[in-house]
Amino acid sequence: MSAAARPMASATIPLRFPAMPIGGLAGTSFKHEHLPAILAEGRQCCFFEVHAENYMGAGGPPHRALEAIRRDHPVSLHGVCMSIGGPQPLDKAHLARFRNLVARYEPALVSEHLAWSTHETTYFNDLLPLPYTEATLGRVCDHIDEVQEAIGRPLLLENPSTYLAFRESTMSETDFIRAVASRTGCGLLLDINNVFVSATNHGFAAREYLADFPLSRVGEIHLAGHAEQADDEGAPLLIDSHDGPVADAVWKLFEIVIGQCGPIPTLVEWDSNIPDWPILKAEAAAAWAILDRGQTAAPAGDRHAAA
Amino acid sequence: MLPLEQTRRSSYAAAFASALVDPECETPAIVAGPAGKCAVKRYNVYRNNVTVSLIDALAAIYPAVQRITGVDFFRAMARFHVRATPPTSPLLFEYGRDFPAFIEQYEHARPMPWLADTARIERAWLDAYHAADAEPLSPAALASVPPERLGELVFTAHPATRIMRSQFSAVTIFANNRAQEPVGRIDASMPEDALITRPDLDVVVQHLPAGGAAFLTSLLAGQSLCAAAALAAESFPSFDLAANIAGMIQAGAFTTISLGEA
Repeated sequence: MSAAARPMASATIPLRFPAMPIGGLAGTSFKHEHLPAILAEGRQCCFFEVHAENYMGAGGPPHRALEAIRRDHPVSLHGVCMSIGGPQPLDKAHLARFRNLVARYEPALVSEHLAWSTHETTYFNDLLPLPYTEATLGRVCDHIDEVQEAIGRPLLLENPSTYLAFRESTMSETDFIRAVASRTGCGLLLDINNVFVSATNHGFAAREYLADFPLSRVGEIHLAGHAEQADDEGAPLLIDSHDGPVADAVWKLFEIVIGQCGPIPTLVEWDSNIPDWPILKAEAAAAWAILDRGQTAAPAGDRHAAA
Repeated sequence: MLPLEQTRRSSYAAAFASALVDPECETPAIVAGPAGKCAVKRYNVYRNNVTVSLIDALAAIYPAVQRITGVDFFRAMARFHVRATPPTSPLLFEYGRDFPAFIEQYEHARPMPWLADTARIERAWLDAYHAADAEPLSPAALASVPPERLGELVFTAHPATRIMRSQFSAVTIFANNRAQEPVGRIDASMPEDALITRPDLDVVVQHLPAGGAAFLTSLLAGQSLCAAAALAAESFPSFDLAANIAGMIQAGAFTTISLGEA
């Protein structure tokens, strides 16, 4: 005899979420402390991005919160530790968890980083840089092929913010990224704050980087705040800290990109010193205003090939 | 060694990773700043990101321990642990399983012998938080079993259920330091056992009555109700079976029951 308790509905009936168009929307990082405020306001005209790893537990409040958000909003699933840029094979268990999340939440966008975070068995919890060579290009492409194969859809790959370079690099970051996109068919997540941070740190012009970037493959944009330190020679060294409002210079670059490309789903990231919901929402509204003005810019059809 | 293995060991990642959690190591020679600039401070940004973010992760998992020790003490202790035992999973909510044992050995924590058990409850709390969802056993399910067969019952644990036994007042210390209110004096010398579970959204941490931990541990191991009760009564003669059954049902520690031979 078995007196089994009533099974949870979610265990027997897979949740199905409505398809939610994300085109031209602005969004914010989803933080659990904002959930009551978001639900109290009802459906927002924005999307939410979550870090995939925070939802890789079996159950509990994180999944309930994401289900509540996903019911009414498009969601972008942003992986932060697939270690695509590392020399070692991808962690198969992690890839399976990632694939399961994509299947479960049917996100509008799925992205990962051009970086690595695991070496041997140690997980460093940071987006670490890689040299740009033919060898690393081949490995990154293999890894992206493997991810796209697993999730059955294109991935958006995010350009990194970096603080140093590798002596062995033989190509520019934009050449590397363009080659990755064309070989794997992946889309790109253009993080404009990362461009600004790296440009300052490496002494190149952000506008030139953007001019050289394969904008036609960009399916999402990230904006975020950064902090300033100093390098060994006392020059500014910008830190991709995600702990404050978007800098004016980054807004300007964003306007240039939108003016050129038309509206692209744009996310304001804010991951520490997290403000109250109205402040974060206002930051997304500022992005949306620029996206709105971009409606009349370049025809979207031209540049959505990879989205 | 396989060729792939060799490539990996001599890779940029191996060279870059070698100094990340070791402040004694020099900046790896494979990196540089732009235009001949130095890369010491630049590399240190990554070192700092790694160490600080992992200390932050431990602080998020062990807030009661941090409240007890104070922030500076906690971060110094956590820094040693992060450097000695960095995570092996990209899931940070899995990190810190070795931290309670580290606290037990940490010289400066010796005056707080109850601190490690407080940490063990916090670790179990997070496991319960992320555990699979399941409907707890309803009291009605027990009522449907013929009284003469109750002793044969075997219980299936809720995925969130954990037992933590302590020689110290770890449950009281945990509860007081997770609450918002100021913490008064606690007699730390009273042995306390905890049941940690999550029947729905909220994690429950209960101080078990005497004999309760032996009873529940036995049930969790798949022993019958009769065997578990006998074991509990052996360790604690005035073990109150009815109260313990009511308590575990009310806490939502189990999901299903079955008769032994099934």
